[in-house]
Amino acid sequence: MSWITKTLTSSIGRKIIMSLTGLFLCTFLVVHLVGNLQLFKHDEGLAFNTYSHFMGTNPIIRTIEWGLVLGFGFHIYEAFALSRRNRAARGTQGYVSNHSEQNSEWTSRNMGILGSIILIFLIVHLYNFFWRARFGGLPKVGGNDLESRDLDNLYLAVVDSFHVWWYVLLYVAAQISLGYHLWHGFRSGFQTLGLNHRKYTPLIKYVGYAFAVVVSAAFASMPLYFYLFTNEQGDLKAAIAAPIMHAVASAF
Amino acid sequence: MAGSNPNAKPMNLTLNVWRQPNRQAKGKIVEYHVKDISPDMSFLEMLDVLNEDLLHTNQDPVAFDHDCREGICGSCALFINGRSHGPEKGTTTCQLHMRKFSDGDTITIEPWRASSFPVNKDLSVDRSAFDRIIQAGGYVSVNTGGAPDGNEIPIPKEISDRAFEAATCIGCGACVAACKNASAMLFVSAKVSQLALLPQGNVERKTRVENMVAQMDKEGFGACTNIGSCAAECPVGISLENIAILNREFLAAKATSNNLA
Repeated sequence: MSWITKTLTSSIGRKIIMSLTGLFLCTFLVVHLVGNLQLFKHDEGLAFNTYSHFMGTNPIIRTIEWGLVLGFGFHIYEAFALSRRNRAARGTQGYVSNHSEQNSEWTSRNMGILGSIILIFLIVHLYNFFWRARFGGLPKVGGNDLESRDLDNLYLAVVDSFHVWWYVLLYVAAQISLGYHLWHGFRSGFQTLGLNHRKYTPLIKYVGYAFAVVVSAAFASMPLYFYLFTNEQGDLKAAIAAPIMHAVASAF
Repeated sequence: MAGSNPNAKPMNLTLNVWRQPNRQAKGKIVEYHVKDISPDMSFLEMLDVLNEDLLHTNQDPVAFDHDCREGICGSCALFINGRSHGPEKGTTTCQLHMRKFSDGDTITIEPWRASSFPVNKDLSVDRSAFDRIIQAGGYVSVNTGGAPDGNEIPIPKEISDRAFEAATCIGCGACVAACKNASAMLFVSAKVSQLALLPQGNVERKTRVENMVAQMDKEGFGACTNIGSCAAECPVGISLENIAILNREFLAAKATSNNLA
């Protein structure tokens, strides 16, 4: 083995790959979230469909997509490799009495479980949206507008899925897991890279907490919004729309 | 006795102790009862009382490691009620006093657990893996000859203080015992930071961290996932900052050392 592979397969090397891929995936979450916020725009999905068409066809995005595949791939692979190593290190005979809750956070000790829930979600999520968007199976937007009628109607597929109760449940459960995963993962990534300083570590910690809460809550709000407040075309339900419209109207 | 509390009532306790005759045997928890334990006793003195009782009734006494009994040698190593060195923060087992417990308590006592720390007998574990990590690089090479003058190499107080903070690690292994991953990184990082900070240690800085991490991996310790149990249980308060320093030192050494292997 060369010094490079030796470094990358050492315990610290694997940790560094975990942290780099993890922090890279955090940037992906931001991009994904900002793009998805267009679901809330009340334009029957025009902005969202235009955006998803761009993301699916732009050559630069398609190239970076491979980086994302590698980021996920290595993050997941290293997680399995490290978990196996760490389980072996702990040994077969466990403690009869172990009060780890008195010396550490639950999230920090359960990153593997949280990550596994996110992985299951990811597979369902990719199959449901990414696969259909990339390899066909989506209806066209249609209509008379020349700009939009040939676009795949991913918006309708999203709104449709967000009216399936078990899908909404899986989505929300996965976002709660993601929140806890980031709660530990964000600051842990910086620590692994050696970025620990009494001036910045507390800041990184609280930025990480805020990031975890905001990102997971914002993602979870999407299926909840469509499930609770809209019909299957994405229009606000009349019973909910009326008081909101009234409130908006009376505000002026 | 000076400092003893005349009002402290002696305690009766139930002990669940891990008994294992040798390395190969499968151990089990055995229940014992000890009576009239003074709250002023240390935890190890309480175990001495138990062992005396066992000897008087022709039973095998409980084996446990101890030496200085003043919290500086790092020999004592008991997992008490699910915590390294017991419930009190910043304390070794020998400095843990029975006043931290109450009459009628049940106390579970286990050895450190880790694949790299095999149980010799009962509560005594083999921590020679730590010695081999130190042998791999936790030292400063010095040429023989006349004794050098004191303070020949000036070291600023700030640096020596920081090095000393890391040097307080007594190598007891509480970090490994508490860690979900049985990782030895807090121990290794304390040794690496201490020597990397000092001018004497600077010469072997790169090879040291490379060799110590390689030995740590070879011994089968786990990888750190920044849980923080280690620092929370460390009897001398070695901080997680040292693990960040270890990661930096390791990465810098791997990137710039002349070692191609």
